[in-house]
This record gives sequence, structure tokens and C-alpha cells, in this order.
Amino acid sequence: MANIISDETIEYVGILAKLELSGEEKEQAKKDMGSMLDYIDKLGELDTEGVEPMSHVFPVKNVFREDVVTNGDVREEILKNAPGEKNGMFVVPRTFE
Amino acid sequence: MNILDMTAVSLAAAIKNKEVTVKEATEAVLAQIEKNEDTFHCYVTVDREGALRKAEEVQKKIDAGELDGSLAGVPVAIKDNMCTEGMLTTCSSKILGNFVPTFSSEAVLNLEKAGAVILGKTNMDEFAMGSTTETSAYGVTKNPWNPEHVPGGSSGGSAAAVAANECFYALGSDTGGSIRQPASFCGVVGLKPTYGRVSRYGLIAYGSSLDQIGPLCKDVTDCAAIMEIIATHDSKDSTSVEREDRDFTSALVEDVKGMRIGIPKDYFGEGLDPEVRSAVLKAAEVLKEKGAIVEEFDLSLVEYAIPTYYTIAAAEASSNLERFDGIKYGYRTEEYEGLHNMYKKSRSEGFGAEVKRRIMLGSFVLSSGYYDAYYLKALRVKALIKKAFDEAFAKYDVILGPVAPTTAPKLGESLSDPIKMYLGDIYTISVNLAGLPGLSMPCGVDSKGLPIGLQLIGDCFNEKKLIQTAYTYEKARGAFGRKEDK
Amino acid sequence: MAKQYETVIGLEVHVELATKTKIFCGCSTAFGGEPNTHTCPVCTGMPGSLPVLNKQVLEYAVAVGLATNCTITQYCKFDRKNYFYPDNPQNYQISQLYLPICRNGKVEIETESGKKFVEIHEIHMEEDAGKLIHDEWDDCSLVDYNRSGVPLIEIVSEPDMRSAEEVIAYLEKLRMTIQYLGASDCKLQEGSMRADVNLSIREVGAKEFGTRTEMKNLNSFKAIARAIEGETERQIDLLESGEKVIQETRRWDDNKGESYAMRSKEDAQDYRYFPDPDLVPIVLDDAFLEEIRAKQPEFREEKMLRYKEEFDIPEYDIEIITGSKHMADIFEATVALGSQPKKVSNWLMVETLRLLKENSMDPEDIRFSPENLAKLISLTDAKAINSSVAKEVFEVMFKEDIDPEKYVEEKGLKTVNDEGALRKTVEEVIANNPQSVEDYRNGKEKAIGFLVGQTMKAMKGKADPGMVNQLLKELL
Repeated sequence: MANIISDETIEYVGILAKLELSGEEKEQAKKDMGSMLDYIDKLGELDTEGVEPMSHVFPVKNVFREDVVTNGDVREEILKNAPGEKNGMFVVPRTFE
Repeated sequence: MNILDMTAVSLAAAIKNKEVTVKEATEAVLAQIEKNEDTFHCYVTVDREGALRKAEEVQKKIDAGELDGSLAGVPVAIKDNMCTEGMLTTCSSKILGNFVPTFSSEAVLNLEKAGAVILGKTNMDEFAMGSTTETSAYGVTKNPWNPEHVPGGSSGGSAAAVAANECFYALGSDTGGSIRQPASFCGVVGLKPTYGRVSRYGLIAYGSSLDQIGPLCKDVTDCAAIMEIIATHDSKDSTSVEREDRDFTSALVEDVKGMRIGIPKDYFGEGLDPEVRSAVLKAAEVLKEKGAIVEEFDLSLVEYAIPTYYTIAAAEASSNLERFDGIKYGYRTEEYEGLHNMYKKSRSEGFGAEVKRRIMLGSFVLSSGYYDAYYLKALRVKALIKKAFDEAFAKYDVILGPVAPTTAPKLGESLSDPIKMYLGDIYTISVNLAGLPGLSMPCGVDSKGLPIGLQLIGDCFNEKKLIQTAYTYEKARGAFGRKEDK
Repeated sequence: MAKQYETVIGLEVHVELATKTKIFCGCSTAFGGEPNTHTCPVCTGMPGSLPVLNKQVLEYAVAVGLATNCTITQYCKFDRKNYFYPDNPQNYQISQLYLPICRNGKVEIETESGKKFVEIHEIHMEEDAGKLIHDEWDDCSLVDYNRSGVPLIEIVSEPDMRSAEEVIAYLEKLRMTIQYLGASDCKLQEGSMRADVNLSIREVGAKEFGTRTEMKNLNSFKAIARAIEGETERQIDLLESGEKVIQETRRWDDNKGESYAMRSKEDAQDYRYFPDPDLVPIVLDDAFLEEIRAKQPEFREEKMLRYKEEFDIPEYDIEIITGSKHMADIFEATVALGSQPKKVSNWLMVETLRLLKENSMDPEDIRFSPENLAKLISLTDAKAINSSVAKEVFEVMFKEDIDPEKYVEEKGLKTVNDEGALRKTVEEVIANNPQSVEDYRNGKEKAIGFLVGQTMKAMKGKADPGMVNQLLKELL
């Protein structure tokens, strides 16, 4: 296996992705990610020199909306699924130090 | 004729002719659900009362002449990753276990306008990540042809519901084969439309540049009729394309004379089950007899599609799934210390293993120092794959091949080795990368009694050529279906 | 000898655009709504929702780019910036990294040390975040997404500034340009213009830049100046004591006059930018750019030159009036209605500035219309009201933009020009104030002032003071 994923990498990706893996999950994730990356390394066989990365398949462009207010007050609906609500706002753990 | 054996279009005609009422059809299908759900588990949510209420409303509109579309009054099942106003929408994930959307996806709204009766939400692989419907947080769905086998995925619930007569047709979504592969495993017709044909508004995103909603149904006629309803331009989806050529039913013509059909040699190499191979080639033979020009050719790059796909899809998924954080909706962990711990615990408890695996991979390939080597490289290979298809479609109207290397595997056989599971998507994935339409339809049964699927791929916005080819083949093939309840 | 240091400053300026709706949805951008009443599935990150770009945002961004001499990126895209924070409902911000709308611009600034150019690295479009409110009672935070999705442009300068003075000149220049375009009201206090300061120090003559810090939470020019001073000192102290400056983001506390690091082990600062697949590329042809260019207004410098030629008003007045696009608009419109430029300028320079100051308002907040100012001026020109009544009427007009003609009529404030009535009042005043009359007759010139005042009072201010003076002298 060419791609050895370290504990640090798993830890770091966990911070980025906001995922906390158990010890067992971490071992599995290291193995899985290593083998997936080995597999993805296959793309290195292809010469892509000068090829533009294609993020959008079709030449669709310039899709705009006019600057006109179309939405009204739907606060009740917006908050309907919230795990925590207070005074018309979403409740989250304290964010200020 | 038994109501349940009717296709969607024939049921709508019978309703129109007052041979069947919408309520009778709805009750019949609800009874079938009740009878079979314990065995197949196609649905996450069945909305019995809602469906019956809707049946009466629709009937009134039909009677008043306000509704006379080709599918008015026909009960339908919706994959559980499409938002339905007021109806639980879980993506088969614990993290959305209590999520009730406040709006419906555009495709669902289009169906409702056409008089559809929504029966409920079908089971799927969690967030559409999987090929077997086994990654669902709400139990596995079983293949109606043989409950020891998987129905495929990720739209496994939709495909199985059509095959088990638990609906007359269903909507699925296809990011790397998620409509075509379960359609193939369950012996039904499935179409992944050209990217941009059907609005993605209200579809809970997995890989936004690849996702597309499409029909799963009993025959090609139904497929064309459903497409006419759902393929609309939507100003709420920037990637939705405005097109005039939406008269899909006009392509229900039994004629392939002069149709140029290419068979990619690369799709018939190592790993393809011999029974699948011979059934697919036999179908090509049938089309040839009907006057098509059938030729083999080299598509190239096929083996690069899977790594390209998993890089792009995982990257997009890692970002798309960031919004599930326990703040605005969905699952929030019980106990936590501070904000970041709440995020981590909610997400780690709320997502299943496969979803976490792809989020981790996606976050990694986008992270500092790896973006160029992995993500941009994949986008470059995607450009090459698109070019290979462009070259093929300069020569051919339709590309013909298998949908999957095998028929439906047994439950529990696939999940252990992710790479092996991903390899099962080899024939479907490049279609998504290139944004092309792909149709899956049954072309035989293997020695285990499981259906074999045929895939037809068209150039972008050439769904009509696919429908015409598929319709011609279907007529030649004759009736196909599961024998109801041995 | 002590080392000589130089401060090197670059700015990231966020400007809230003056659109009616948010950047990717049809929600209002109006201030002051109840929490979460200006929200929808798109700007709260509901599953299944999708963004569609507001065309006005693009037009404003291009207009600002052209006005700051940028090259417009004619094939541009949006990218996702991924980071978890509750004010960011999708946990990614739609922004631009790889192909920002504008690049390589420059603006000229002038300070006491002369003129110089500050180069603009890029301008990009992005969405604003929601607001977090701390709830002391329950020891939690509350999220309001009314501001989530409000369009911003971020203007990133090169590290071309060397002092707080230059920074403020640069910000003033940007503010003026953007206000003239009507693209934003650029109010620092209200947050429609926000500046993050990237600062490093190096020894004078050094070629390499030092390690920089980024300071946030600067909401006035004074705070910016203080923060620059404070951070410069902090960095010099570090270097002098042999320590190193750490590259970090710091929050300026203007009350305490110090900054502190905003660090956390959960902040990886790795935003994993990638092109947003939900938005399609923007392709701008030359015709579109020309269209925007053709709509560019006359900017301040040009306006000042023209005023000097066209209007006979002091240079200082020109500077103040053109210092606000809104004020200049009022000036020009009032003059166009026939008022004498000098008089219009006086009203703006004296009474308007006084009232703005008293009410701590910006010139952008002026509400009276040019029509009403012109009417007021013609009332005084016609001597229909005297100057003190005019000031009184103006105060009401400043507050409520009333029609001065109607107001004067309704309140009966017109100057009494009937000599008979006035003579009668003056005679009464003379009769009732024998002492003052005597003082005047004894050569106390000042005493007449008192008698004028008494007459004006008796006339309820509606007399022409000149005429009163004349009559008094005549009768005495």
C-alpha cells in the first residue's frame, strides 16, 4: 500500500469534517482511506498535461435572478425542525469565550 | 386485468375511462404494500391517509375535467432523498430521522400537478451512498425476485417497490448508477436523464454535479410519460436547462432502422458475468435484426471512471453534508461540551459508516496540499472521459452495454470490501461524469432467476433516441415481469 | 542606536452591496426585521435548496472593479469555502477564490506625505453570515439568519500602505467611489463596510516582509487607527525582546485598546475551496462590460473640477459637498431647480452640517428633497419669510421633509409686509419702552437692537428685521 494514512491525518480530517471516530473506526478509516487513495492514484497513469479541469459538464452559463423580493416571512417554517429554539432564533452552544 | 399488473399509463387510461377509480387503485396498492412490506421493506414512510385523501381530491379533478394528463390518478413512490412538504424525509439516515421539509422538490411538485397520488418515501442507501440499499439506517430492502438478494442501490426501495407492485412507478436519483443499477437488479425500467433535464431543487444533494432525478417504472411507455412530466426548466436550479424537446412519448416508435449502435469492447472485458454478457449481446442482436447498425468500438478510459467518480463525488458530498450539524434540523446529540463537541458527536452518531467513509475521503482530497493532486486531477480526467464520449457519439446514436457486471448479489456480500463494491458501478459511473442520459431495462433472467439489465447510453439531451431504441427492443423482447407470489 | 521599523499594511475590505435582495435568494436585505423573518430555505441551508445568483450583485461588483481600475475576469466562478460555524448555515460560504470577478486594480490616495497608488489584488463576491447573539440567561448563543446571504464584495489590497493615515485615505477613497456608484452606503458603524487589517513590521530598508497578523472587528476609522498603532507596538515589542510574531487572526478590543488571538485547536484554517457545482460559470462579454462602463457616474475628482468651473462657491464647500454623493446630488438638483448655487451651498454647509452633527447622522442620511430646499430658498429670496423663520422651517424640513410653502402658509409664518400694521406695532413698542427710547436718544446706539427684538416678538417673528429697523429710526 503506497498511501500510508497516519493517525495525525485521520485526526486532522476529523477536525475538518467534524467527525469523531472511535479507536476501531479510526483503524478502519486509515485502512479504507489508504486503499481508496491507492486506487485513486491510478489516475496518475494518465497524462493530463494541458487538460482544463472540468467542473461543469455543459456550457450552461449566466443564470441569474432579478433583484426583486419574492420571499416573505416564513420564520415559523424555518424554525420548525430546529432541535433548539428561543425568541425566534436557533439555539446553539455558547460561541463566545 | 388485475389493477396491480397495470402499467402507469394503462392505469391512467382506465381511470379516465371510469373502469377504475383513483381510490380503488390506491387501495389496491396500499393493500399490496401491507401484504409485502414485511418481506421486502421498500418504504421508509407510507402515508396511507395522505394517499387516500389525495386519491379523492384527484378523482374529483379528473371528474371535473381539470386533470387529464397521461398519469393522472396514478399512485407513485418517491425516493426518500427528495423533499416532500409535510412528509418525513430522512435520506435513510439517522441524522434526518425527524426531518419534515417545509417545501416539496420540483420533480414532486410536477408529479402532483399532473395528478399523482404520493404513497410514501422509499428506502435507499444512506444519502444515496451505496449500491445495495444496505447502508440505510432503517433496515435493508430485499429484492422482490428473491428476498435473499439485494435490490441494488441506492434507489433500491424505489426499484423494489415497482417490481413488487407496491407502486405503479417511482422516482429515484442517480449519481453513479443509482437508478439504472437497481432497475437492472429488480427487472424494471429506469432512466437517468441528461444532467440538467430534471430540476434538482428539493433533492438532498450527494454529488451535486452528478445527481439527477429520474423514473423507475414498468415499461418504456411509462418512462416516456413520466419524463414528460418531470423534465421541466426550473429557475430555482441554476443547472436546470431550458429545452423544447420534451415530447418524449413521440419517440415511442418501433423503428431502429439505420440507428447506429456502438458496443464498447471495454464493457465486455474481465469481471463481466458470462450470463450477463450473453443476454446483453443477444439484445444487441435483436436490435440488429430490427435494422440497427451495430458495431463494436473502443471507448477507452473505462477503468479510470471509478477513481475519478469517487474523488469528485466524495469531495462534493463532504461539503454538501456539512449542513447536517445539529443546529437547524435533524439529529442533535444528547450530551456535549461546547460547540465543536456538539458538531462532532451529532455527526458521528447521526451518520452511518459508509457516509463517514466518503466524507473523510472527500475532506481529505480537498484539503490543503492534496487538492491539485487528487481533486483537480479527477476533474481533468473527467474532461478526458467526456471527450471520449463526444468522439463515440460522433459515430453512434446509442451506446449499448450491460448495466452492472453481475445480477443482484446476496444480502451482506458487498459491503465488506469498498473497492469491490465500487467496481460494481464501472458501467454506470462514466455516464454521470459526462452528464449523459442512460436507460436501464431488463433483457433476460440468469440461471438463479434474477433479472439482467441492458444499458443504453445517449448523447446529452438525446433521451428520445434511447426511448425509441428501448421501445423497439421491448416490443421485440415481449412481456417481462416477475411471477407474482410463487 | 535603536532600530527603525516600518509598518506594512494590507487591507481586506468587506462591503455590503445595496441590493434589495440577498445574493442567492429572493429574501429582503432590509435591516431591522425580527430575527429570522428575512429568511428562506436557501439562506438557512435547508436540505435540497439551491442558490441562484442575483444579477445586480454581479453588476455592482463589476462597476466597483471598473472604478478601481481592475481587470474584469470574463470567465468567473463561485467556490465553496468550507468551515463549521453556526452563523454559516451550510457550513460553507459561497465565495470566490480561483476566479474572482476583478483583479489587478489600483486607486490613488493622497495624504500629507503626497500622492501614491494602492494596488488592489482582487475583488470577489460572496455571501455574508448570520448573526450570533449571546444569551446570558441560558448560557448559550442564538442564531439569526436575517443577514445570512446578504451580498458582499471583498476588496483585497496589496500590502502597499505604511501608516494609519494611508489606510484611512485608502478607505475614504474606496468609500467615496462605492458610494458614488450607489453600490453601497459603506457605513463602518453599521457594518456595511468592514475592514480587516493585515499588518507586519520590518526594519526600514529590509526587502522581505515580516510575519503578518490579521486584525478583525474594526468598526470605525478611529478604531482602525488605534488598532494599527497598538499592533505595531506589540509587534515591535515582540521583536525587540527577541520573540517572534505568530501569523494569526486577532480581535481588536477598542475599549481596552488591545487585541487578542482568536485561536482554537478546532480551527484548522483549511477551507477546502472548490468550485460550487450548484452555480454555473459567469461569462461576461465586452458588450456587458461596456454597458456597465457607460453607466459609471461622474466620480468625485471630476465633480470637484466641474464645480470649480461651473459654480462660484468656495473650494472648501466643494470639498465638503462632494464628500458625499448624496449631498452632491441634492446640491445639483436644487441648483437645477433654479436656486442660486451659493445659497444652496450655504444651506448645506451651515444648517445641514450643524443638524447632522447634532443628530450624529451621516450626509447619506439626509432626507429632505431638493424641491423643498429650492422652495425654501425662493421663499427667502422673495422675502416672504425672514432668515430666522427660514431656519426654523428648515429644521422641520430636515426632520420630516415637509413642503416649506405649505408649512409657512399653514403656520402663518409669512413676513408681514404691510407697512401700516408694522408701523402700528413699532409705535406701540416705542410707547411701552420709554427707557430704551431715551437711551437711544442719548446716543446709546445698541438700544435700538432691543426695540427691534421687542417688535419682532410682538410680530411673532414674521416681520422683515430690516424694515423694522428702518421704521424705528424714522419714528425715533
